[in-house]
Amino acid sequence: MKRWIWVVTMTVLLCWTPATAISAEPAAGQPLPDFSLAVPKDAGMRNYLGLSGGATFRIAEIKAQAVVIEIFSMYCPYCQKEAPVVNELYRKIEGGPLKGKVKLVGIGVGNSPFEVETFRKKYAIPFPLFPDGDFTIHRLVGEVRTPFFIVLKSQPSAAPKVVHAKLGAFESVDAFLNFVAESAEIR
Amino acid sequence: MKRAVWGIALSAALAALLWAGMAAAASDAYKDNIYNPGKLKPIDSVLKVKVGQRAPDFTLKAVSGGTVTLSGFRGKKNVVLSFVPAAWTPVCSDQWPGYNIVKDLFDERDAILLGITVDNIPTLFSWTNQMGRLWFPVLSDFYPHGAVAKQYGILRSDGTSERALFIIDKKGIIRYIDVHDINERPPLEALVAELEKLP
Repeated sequence: MKRWIWVVTMTVLLCWTPATAISAEPAAGQPLPDFSLAVPKDAGMRNYLGLSGGATFRIAEIKAQAVVIEIFSMYCPYCQKEAPVVNELYRKIEGGPLKGKVKLVGIGVGNSPFEVETFRKKYAIPFPLFPDGDFTIHRLVGEVRTPFFIVLKSQPSAAPKVVHAKLGAFESVDAFLNFVAESAEIR
Repeated sequence: MKRAVWGIALSAALAALLWAGMAAAASDAYKDNIYNPGKLKPIDSVLKVKVGQRAPDFTLKAVSGGTVTLSGFRGKKNVVLSFVPAAWTPVCSDQWPGYNIVKDLFDERDAILLGITVDNIPTLFSWTNQMGRLWFPVLSDFYPHGAVAKQYGILRSDGTSERALFIIDKKGIIRYIDVHDINERPPLEALVAELEKLP
Protein backbone atom coordinates (compact mmCIF):
# COMPACT_ATOMS: atom_id res chain seq x y z
CA MET A 1 0.00 0.00 0.00
CA LYS A 2 2.74 2.42 1.00
CA ARG A 3 4.55 1.57 -2.17
CA TRP A 4 1.59 2.84 -4.20
CA ILE A 5 1.48 6.11 -2.35
CA TRP A 6 5.16 6.53 -3.08
CA VAL A 7 4.70 5.70 -6.76
CA VAL A 8 1.85 8.19 -7.09
CA THR A 9 3.90 10.90 -5.36
CA MET A 10 6.90 10.27 -7.58
CA THR A 11 4.67 10.28 -10.67
CA VAL A 12 3.21 13.62 -9.71
CA LEU A 13 6.67 15.04 -9.03
CA LEU A 14 8.02 13.78 -12.34
CA CYS A 15 5.05 15.27 -14.16
CA TRP A 16 5.80 18.63 -12.60
CA THR A 17 9.22 18.97 -14.15
CA PRO A 18 8.93 22.51 -15.52
CA ALA A 19 10.42 21.98 -18.99
CA THR A 20 7.47 20.05 -20.38
CA ALA A 21 4.82 20.90 -17.85
CA ILE A 22 1.50 22.15 -19.11
CA SER A 23 0.39 25.38 -17.46
CA ALA A 24 -3.03 25.91 -15.99
CA GLU A 25 -5.80 27.48 -18.06
CA PRO A 26 -5.84 31.27 -17.93
CA ALA A 27 -8.14 32.58 -15.20
CA ALA A 28 -9.34 36.03 -14.20
CA GLY A 29 -6.86 37.84 -11.93
CA GLN A 30 -3.83 35.92 -13.22
CA PRO A 31 -1.01 37.47 -15.25
CA LEU A 32 -0.72 36.30 -18.87
CA PRO A 33 2.09 33.73 -19.29
CA ASP A 34 5.07 35.25 -21.07
CA PHE A 35 5.50 34.54 -24.78
CA SER A 36 6.61 36.36 -27.92
CA LEU A 37 5.07 36.60 -31.37
CA ALA A 38 6.63 37.57 -34.68
CA VAL A 39 6.07 41.20 -35.63
CA PRO A 40 3.72 41.14 -38.66
CA LYS A 41 5.28 41.86 -42.05
CA ASP A 42 2.16 43.75 -43.07
CA ALA A 43 2.47 47.44 -42.22
CA GLY A 44 -1.28 47.79 -41.65
CA MET A 45 -1.19 45.03 -39.05
CA ARG A 46 1.87 46.58 -37.39
CA ASN A 47 0.11 49.93 -37.21
CA TYR A 48 -3.01 48.30 -35.78
CA LEU A 49 -0.94 46.76 -32.98
CA GLY A 50 1.07 49.97 -32.50
CA LEU A 51 4.39 48.22 -33.10
CA SER A 52 7.27 50.13 -34.58
CA GLY A 53 9.52 47.30 -35.71
CA GLY A 54 11.77 44.56 -34.45
CA ALA A 55 11.49 40.83 -34.97
CA THR A 56 9.24 39.80 -32.10
CA PHE A 57 6.92 41.44 -29.59
CA ARG A 58 5.04 40.63 -26.42
CA ILE A 59 1.32 41.13 -25.89
CA ALA A 60 2.23 43.85 -23.34
CA GLU A 61 3.69 45.91 -26.19
CA ILE A 62 0.38 46.13 -28.06
CA LYS A 63 -0.91 49.69 -27.88
CA ALA A 64 -4.29 49.16 -26.23
CA GLN A 65 -6.10 49.28 -22.92
CA ALA A 66 -7.40 45.76 -23.46
CA VAL A 67 -6.40 42.92 -25.76
CA VAL A 68 -8.64 40.02 -26.74
CA ILE A 69 -6.74 36.88 -27.76
CA GLU A 70 -8.56 34.19 -29.67
CA ILE A 71 -6.89 30.79 -29.40
CA PHE A 72 -8.04 29.00 -32.56
CA SER A 73 -7.07 26.36 -35.10
CA MET A 74 -7.71 26.27 -38.81
CA TYR A 75 -8.72 22.66 -38.20
CA CYS A 76 -11.36 23.41 -35.55
CA PRO A 77 -14.95 23.32 -36.83
CA TYR A 78 -16.22 25.65 -34.10
CA CYS A 79 -13.50 28.19 -34.89
CA GLN A 80 -14.57 28.05 -38.52
CA LYS A 81 -18.21 28.60 -37.56
CA GLU A 82 -17.27 31.39 -35.16
CA ALA A 83 -14.94 33.22 -37.57
CA PRO A 84 -17.61 35.56 -39.06
CA VAL A 85 -18.80 36.42 -35.53
CA VAL A 86 -15.26 37.31 -34.43
CA ASN A 87 -14.91 39.43 -37.57
CA GLU A 88 -18.08 41.25 -36.51
CA LEU A 89 -16.55 41.81 -33.08
CA TYR A 90 -13.54 43.42 -34.77
CA ARG A 91 -15.75 45.64 -36.95
CA LYS A 92 -17.80 46.77 -33.95
CA ILE A 93 -14.64 47.68 -32.05
CA GLU A 94 -13.24 49.59 -35.01
CA GLY A 95 -16.52 51.36 -35.76
CA GLY A 96 -17.28 52.46 -32.21
CA PRO A 97 -15.91 54.20 -29.14
CA LEU A 98 -13.56 51.30 -28.31
CA LYS A 99 -11.47 51.86 -31.44
CA GLY A 100 -7.82 52.10 -30.51
CA LYS A 101 -8.57 50.94 -26.98
CA VAL A 102 -9.39 47.27 -27.58
CA LYS A 103 -7.24 45.21 -29.96
CA LEU A 104 -7.87 41.71 -31.22
CA VAL A 105 -5.32 39.01 -32.12
CA GLY A 106 -5.67 35.33 -33.03
CA ILE A 107 -3.19 32.55 -32.27
CA GLY A 108 -3.48 29.42 -34.42
CA VAL A 109 -2.37 26.56 -32.20
CA GLY A 110 -0.67 23.71 -34.02
CA ASN A 111 -1.05 25.67 -37.25
CA SER A 112 1.78 26.35 -39.69
CA PRO A 113 2.05 29.82 -41.26
CA PHE A 114 0.42 28.34 -44.40
CA GLU A 115 -2.49 26.97 -42.37
CA VAL A 116 -3.03 30.28 -40.55
CA GLU A 117 -2.93 32.07 -43.91
CA THR A 118 -5.48 29.58 -45.30
CA PHE A 119 -7.82 30.37 -42.40
CA ARG A 120 -7.30 34.13 -42.82
CA LYS A 121 -8.11 34.02 -46.53
CA LYS A 122 -11.08 31.69 -46.16
CA TYR A 123 -12.85 33.97 -43.66
CA ALA A 124 -11.32 37.33 -44.76
CA ILE A 125 -10.05 37.92 -41.23
CA PRO A 126 -9.14 41.60 -40.78
CA PHE A 127 -7.10 41.37 -37.55
CA PRO A 128 -3.62 39.87 -37.03
CA LEU A 129 -3.26 36.08 -36.78
CA PHE A 130 -0.14 34.30 -35.58
CA PRO A 131 0.95 30.65 -35.96
CA ASP A 132 1.86 28.52 -32.93
CA GLY A 133 3.03 25.57 -35.00
CA ASP A 134 4.72 23.61 -32.22
CA PHE A 135 1.99 24.24 -29.59
CA THR A 136 4.37 26.24 -27.34
CA ILE A 137 1.79 28.91 -26.57
CA HIS A 138 -0.96 26.30 -26.42
CA ARG A 139 0.90 24.56 -23.58
CA LEU A 140 1.41 27.90 -21.81
CA VAL A 141 -2.32 28.51 -21.80
CA GLY A 142 -3.23 25.10 -20.45
CA GLU A 143 -3.95 23.33 -23.77
CA VAL A 144 -7.42 24.83 -23.87
CA ARG A 145 -10.02 23.61 -26.33
CA THR A 146 -10.76 25.96 -29.22
CA PRO A 147 -11.98 28.60 -29.77
CA PHE A 148 -10.87 30.10 -26.47
CA PHE A 149 -10.99 33.82 -25.71
CA ILE A 150 -8.70 35.58 -23.25
CA VAL A 151 -9.46 39.18 -22.33
CA LEU A 152 -6.46 41.08 -21.00
CA LYS A 153 -6.23 44.40 -19.24
CA SER A 154 -2.99 46.25 -20.00
CA GLN A 155 -0.94 47.16 -16.94
CA PRO A 156 1.46 50.11 -16.92
CA SER A 157 4.48 48.20 -15.64
CA ALA A 158 3.55 44.55 -15.41
CA ALA A 159 2.37 41.67 -17.57
CA PRO A 160 -1.18 42.10 -18.87
CA LYS A 161 -3.74 40.75 -16.43
CA VAL A 162 -6.34 38.21 -17.47
CA VAL A 163 -9.75 39.69 -16.68
CA HIS A 164 -11.81 37.07 -18.49
CA ALA A 165 -11.26 33.66 -20.04
CA LYS A 166 -13.91 31.86 -22.00
CA LEU A 167 -14.22 28.63 -23.96
CA GLY A 168 -16.43 28.52 -27.03
CA ALA A 169 -18.63 30.94 -28.94
CA PHE A 170 -20.02 34.10 -27.42
CA GLU A 171 -23.78 34.44 -27.62
CA SER A 172 -23.88 38.13 -28.48
CA VAL A 173 -21.13 40.33 -29.89
CA ASP A 174 -22.54 43.45 -28.20
CA ALA A 175 -22.83 41.78 -24.81
CA PHE A 176 -19.28 40.43 -25.09
CA LEU A 177 -17.94 43.83 -26.08
CA ASN A 178 -19.67 45.56 -23.17
CA PHE A 179 -18.25 42.91 -20.92
CA VAL A 180 -14.73 43.49 -22.28
CA ALA A 181 -15.03 47.26 -21.69
CA GLU A 182 -16.37 46.74 -18.19
CA SER A 183 -13.99 44.05 -17.02
CA ALA A 184 -10.95 45.86 -18.41
CA GLU A 185 -12.25 49.12 -16.88
CA ILE A 186 -12.02 51.05 -20.12
CA ARG A 187 -12.96 54.68 -19.80
CA MET B 1 16.34 -1.04 -2.55
CA LYS B 2 14.76 -3.18 -5.24
CA ARG B 3 11.47 -1.67 -4.27
CA ALA B 4 12.81 1.82 -4.81
CA VAL B 5 14.11 0.95 -8.28
CA TRP B 6 10.80 -0.63 -9.17
CA GLY B 7 8.98 2.41 -7.86
CA ILE B 8 11.08 4.84 -9.87
CA ALA B 9 10.65 2.79 -13.02
CA LEU B 10 6.90 2.62 -12.56
CA SER B 11 6.67 6.32 -11.72
CA ALA B 12 8.66 7.22 -14.80
CA ALA B 13 6.42 5.01 -16.94
CA LEU B 14 3.28 6.59 -15.49
CA ALA B 15 4.69 10.08 -15.92
CA ALA B 16 5.53 9.27 -19.54
CA LEU B 17 1.96 8.10 -20.05
CA LEU B 18 0.53 11.26 -18.52
CA TRP B 19 2.82 13.38 -20.66
CA ALA B 20 1.87 11.57 -23.75
CA GLY B 21 -1.04 13.90 -24.40
CA MET B 22 -0.79 14.30 -28.13
CA ALA B 23 0.02 17.74 -29.39
CA ALA B 24 -3.40 18.50 -30.75
CA ALA B 25 -5.78 21.31 -30.13
CA ALA B 26 -9.19 19.81 -29.58
CA SER B 27 -12.09 21.79 -30.96
CA ASP B 28 -14.87 22.59 -28.55
CA ALA B 29 -17.14 21.08 -31.21
CA TYR B 30 -16.53 17.69 -29.60
CA LYS B 31 -16.85 18.87 -25.97
CA ASP B 32 -15.29 16.25 -23.69
CA ASN B 33 -15.94 13.38 -26.08
CA ILE B 34 -12.46 12.97 -27.53
CA TYR B 35 -10.62 9.91 -26.28
CA ASN B 36 -6.89 10.40 -25.89
CA PRO B 37 -5.04 7.17 -26.70
CA GLY B 38 -1.73 8.71 -25.62
CA LYS B 39 1.41 8.63 -27.69
CA LEU B 40 1.40 5.71 -30.11
CA LYS B 41 4.08 3.93 -32.09
CA PRO B 42 4.53 6.35 -35.02
CA ILE B 43 4.12 3.70 -37.75
CA ASP B 44 3.02 0.12 -37.16
CA SER B 45 2.60 -1.51 -40.56
CA VAL B 46 4.51 -2.28 -43.76
CA LEU B 47 3.42 -0.48 -46.89
CA LYS B 48 2.35 -2.77 -49.74
CA VAL B 49 2.08 -0.19 -52.52
CA LYS B 50 4.50 2.30 -54.05
CA VAL B 51 4.57 5.44 -56.10
CA GLY B 52 4.22 4.73 -59.82
CA GLN B 53 2.09 1.65 -59.28
CA ARG B 54 -1.61 1.32 -60.09
CA ALA B 55 -3.67 1.94 -56.92
CA PRO B 56 -5.50 -1.20 -55.76
CA ASP B 57 -9.19 -0.73 -56.54
CA PHE B 58 -11.87 -0.84 -53.85
CA THR B 59 -15.53 -0.24 -53.24
CA LEU B 60 -16.57 1.04 -49.81
CA LYS B 61 -19.79 2.16 -48.18
CA ALA B 62 -20.18 5.91 -47.74
CA VAL B 63 -21.62 7.54 -44.62
CA SER B 64 -23.98 9.53 -46.84
CA GLY B 65 -25.35 6.28 -48.34
CA GLY B 66 -24.39 4.14 -51.32
CA THR B 67 -20.90 3.08 -52.23
CA VAL B 68 -17.84 4.69 -53.75
CA THR B 69 -15.50 2.84 -56.11
CA LEU B 70 -12.00 4.18 -56.64
CA SER B 71 -11.84 3.22 -60.33
CA GLY B 72 -15.03 5.23 -60.88
CA PHE B 73 -12.87 8.37 -60.87
CA ARG B 74 -10.48 7.09 -63.52
CA GLY B 75 -10.18 9.52 -66.41
CA LYS B 76 -12.24 12.09 -64.48
CA LYS B 77 -10.61 13.15 -61.23
CA ASN B 78 -7.37 12.94 -59.31
CA VAL B 79 -8.08 11.27 -55.98
CA VAL B 80 -6.65 11.98 -52.53
CA LEU B 81 -7.19 9.17 -50.03
CA SER B 82 -7.00 10.33 -46.42
CA PHE B 83 -6.91 7.39 -44.03
CA VAL B 84 -7.20 8.40 -40.38
CA PRO B 85 -6.75 5.91 -37.52
CA ALA B 86 -10.00 6.18 -35.60
CA ALA B 87 -13.08 8.28 -34.96
CA TRP B 88 -13.24 10.29 -31.72
CA THR B 89 -9.47 10.65 -31.29
CA PRO B 90 -7.58 13.96 -31.05
CA VAL B 91 -5.59 14.43 -34.25
CA CYS B 92 -8.13 12.70 -36.51
CA SER B 93 -10.95 14.88 -35.23
CA ASP B 94 -9.16 17.96 -36.54
CA GLN B 95 -7.73 16.74 -39.80
CA TRP B 96 -10.88 16.49 -41.94
CA PRO B 97 -12.49 19.73 -40.68
CA GLY B 98 -9.30 21.40 -41.93
CA TYR B 99 -9.67 19.82 -45.38
CA ASN B 100 -13.31 20.88 -45.28
CA ILE B 101 -12.41 24.58 -45.69
CA VAL B 102 -9.98 24.06 -48.58
CA LYS B 103 -12.26 22.52 -51.23
CA ASP B 104 -10.98 25.20 -53.62
CA LEU B 105 -7.40 23.88 -53.31
CA PHE B 106 -8.63 20.42 -54.35
CA ASP B 107 -10.88 21.83 -57.11
CA GLU B 108 -7.99 23.79 -58.60
CA ARG B 109 -6.12 20.52 -59.10
CA ASP B 110 -9.22 18.65 -60.27
CA ALA B 111 -9.00 16.41 -57.21
CA ILE B 112 -11.57 14.70 -55.03
CA LEU B 113 -10.89 13.74 -51.43
CA LEU B 114 -12.02 10.43 -49.94
CA GLY B 115 -11.86 10.16 -46.15
CA ILE B 116 -11.52 6.59 -44.88
CA THR B 117 -11.40 4.94 -41.46
CA VAL B 118 -11.92 1.37 -40.22
CA ASP B 119 -14.89 2.52 -38.09
CA ASN B 120 -18.44 1.43 -38.82
CA ILE B 121 -21.01 3.71 -40.48
CA PRO B 122 -22.99 4.69 -37.32
CA THR B 123 -19.80 5.74 -35.52
CA LEU B 124 -18.59 7.70 -38.53
CA PHE B 125 -22.03 9.29 -38.83
CA SER B 126 -22.04 10.56 -35.23
CA TRP B 127 -18.45 11.69 -35.36
CA THR B 128 -18.48 13.49 -38.71
CA ASN B 129 -21.74 15.23 -37.77
CA GLN B 130 -19.67 17.28 -35.30
CA MET B 131 -17.50 18.56 -38.14
CA GLY B 132 -20.20 20.47 -39.97
CA ARG B 133 -21.21 19.61 -43.53
CA LEU B 134 -18.32 17.86 -45.26
CA TRP B 135 -17.89 18.37 -49.01
CA PHE B 136 -16.13 15.02 -49.52
CA PRO B 137 -17.30 11.42 -49.06
CA VAL B 138 -16.41 9.59 -45.84
CA LEU B 139 -16.00 5.85 -46.35
CA SER B 140 -16.12 2.94 -43.93
CA ASP B 141 -13.46 0.23 -44.19
CA PHE B 142 -15.09 -1.65 -41.32
CA TYR B 143 -15.98 -5.07 -42.69
CA PRO B 144 -14.20 -7.21 -43.65
CA HIS B 145 -12.24 -5.28 -41.10
CA GLY B 146 -9.72 -2.84 -42.58
CA ALA B 147 -9.60 -4.77 -45.86
CA VAL B 148 -8.60 -1.74 -47.93
CA ALA B 149 -6.08 -0.52 -45.34
CA LYS B 150 -4.60 -4.03 -45.36
CA GLN B 151 -4.44 -4.06 -49.16
CA TYR B 152 -2.44 -0.82 -49.10
CA GLY B 153 -0.30 -2.06 -46.19
CA ILE B 154 -1.40 0.51 -43.63
CA LEU B 155 -3.41 -1.63 -41.20
CA ARG B 156 -1.80 -1.41 -37.76
CA SER B 157 -1.48 -4.37 -35.42
CA ASP B 158 -4.30 -3.01 -33.20
CA GLY B 159 -6.78 -2.93 -36.10
CA THR B 160 -6.70 0.83 -36.69
CA SER B 161 -5.14 2.28 -39.81
CA GLU B 162 -2.19 4.58 -40.20
CA ARG B 163 -2.66 8.29 -40.70
CA ALA B 164 -1.87 8.12 -44.41
CA LEU B 165 -2.34 10.19 -47.53
CA PHE B 166 -2.26 8.83 -51.08
CA ILE B 167 -2.55 10.89 -54.24
CA ILE B 168 -3.81 8.89 -57.22
CA ASP B 169 -3.84 10.52 -60.65
CA LYS B 170 -6.57 10.30 -63.28
CA LYS B 171 -4.93 7.20 -64.78
CA GLY B 172 -5.24 5.44 -61.44
CA ILE B 173 -1.49 5.60 -60.72
CA ILE B 174 -0.23 6.38 -57.21
CA ARG B 175 1.71 9.67 -57.34
CA TYR B 176 2.37 10.37 -53.64
CA ILE B 177 2.33 8.43 -50.38
CA ASP B 178 2.67 9.89 -46.89
CA VAL B 179 2.35 7.34 -44.11
CA HIS B 180 2.58 9.92 -41.39
CA ASP B 181 3.56 9.65 -37.74
CA ILE B 182 0.16 8.69 -36.31
CA ASN B 183 0.60 11.21 -33.49
CA GLU B 184 0.87 14.21 -35.79
CA ARG B 185 -1.23 15.91 -38.39
CA PRO B 186 0.38 16.17 -41.84
CA PRO B 187 0.89 19.87 -42.63
CA LEU B 188 -1.52 21.12 -45.25
CA GLU B 189 1.22 22.78 -47.31
CA ALA B 190 2.90 19.42 -47.97
CA LEU B 191 -0.29 17.97 -49.48
CA VAL B 192 -0.97 21.12 -51.50
CA ALA B 193 2.60 21.11 -52.86
CA GLU B 194 2.13 17.50 -54.01
CA LEU B 195 -1.22 18.31 -55.62
CA GLU B 196 0.46 21.11 -57.53
CA LYS B 197 2.89 18.60 -59.04
CA LEU B 198 0.06 16.70 -60.76
CA PRO B 199 0.03 17.13 -64.56
